[in-house]
Amino acid sequence: MHEWALAESVIKTAVEHSTLKKFKKLKEVGVVFGELQAIDKDIFVFALDGLRAQYPGAKDCKFKVSVEPAVFRCKACSKEFPLKGLKKTKDEAEFIHFVPEMAHTFLKCPRCKSPDFEIAEGRGVGLSYIKGSK
Amino acid sequence: MIDPRPSVISERLSGVKRVIAVTGWKGGIGKSVTASTLALTLARKGCRTGLFDLDFAGASDHLILGAKGLFPKEEKGLEPPLLCGVKFMSVVFFSENKAVPLRGANVSDAIIELLAITQWGELDFLVLDMPPGVNDAALDVMRFIPRAEVLAVTTPSMIARDVLERSLVLYRKLKVPVLGVLENMSPARSPRAGRIRLDPALEKALGRPEALLKTAFARDLDRCLPFVFGKMKL
Repeated sequence: MHEWALAESVIKTAVEHSTLKKFKKLKEVGVVFGELQAIDKDIFVFALDGLRAQYPGAKDCKFKVSVEPAVFRCKACSKEFPLKGLKKTKDEAEFIHFVPEMAHTFLKCPRCKSPDFEIAEGRGVGLSYIKGSK
Repeated sequence: MIDPRPSVISERLSGVKRVIAVTGWKGGIGKSVTASTLALTLARKGCRTGLFDLDFAGASDHLILGAKGLFPKEEKGLEPPLLCGVKFMSVVFFSENKAVPLRGANVSDAIIELLAITQWGELDFLVLDMPPGVNDAALDVMRFIPRAEVLAVTTPSMIARDVLERSLVLYRKLKVPVLGVLENMSPARSPRAGRIRLDPALEKALGRPEALLKTAFARDLDRCLPFVFGKMKL
């Protein structure tokens, strides 16, 4: 249930943003899951539902989840590469799930084998938009 | 894209009474041994204590404490495992003790992730073994934990002291409270406030918390605590 902690950050950020924008009602929030972190959508949504009581401002809010594919850019040879095809054990995938930066420990550029790459897209959880009514 | 993680960091630390950031701006001056021994000492005195190794590139608190076979428990985030009465969190739980080759922004991201998901619960003290020097990560820790109080470690070396002076000026500018300065490896013959004498036996005690607490290093650090924390009852 590590997803619970991230779900709480999403709902809290949305409610704080809604207050800041003086929304009367928080309507819809776009939640982006970076492919690299491999968040379990079912657990995340279950956690969000459980947290609604704690955050009444998000009681009727829709959370639209989408997944952003991970894209890496090698700092050594400039190759751009996806997550698919990179070898990792089950344990390594679990560590990257908790801390996506562990990708630098366990993954490497498929061309030059360098661990010095940039996670250009699809790292972790983010909010792409927050809609409300005034 | 809005990053939601910073919003819950203060929540995660809401049960922590005091956050002590052990800093050192030069390598090899004993920052990690001081942070780890401080956490053990506080726990031994009955304080609910946590230790967070934020020195990702040179994580070593697990070696100092002899932490083996531990992993955080998943419970609405991550609950740090208990080691000799200290709740302990480190990046090594996720790196299998391999090198963590991170650039500055990546270190920051990883620290924010762990600050957002770690459930510390109720603590009297959270000791932070800070990233060395001043960089993205160190500045982020100060930004996200503005109530952190600095305990700076230095050595009698002219170089370390000069760097220390610069760090204290910066902390003043950033309005970061400084609890005190500990001079490690001090040549002083008798115990003096703020000084920890060079202890040739320290190396052999590393990895064994009980032995570590019995070293002259730990005794001198203990003597420094009234100087660091004032008359607060520990």
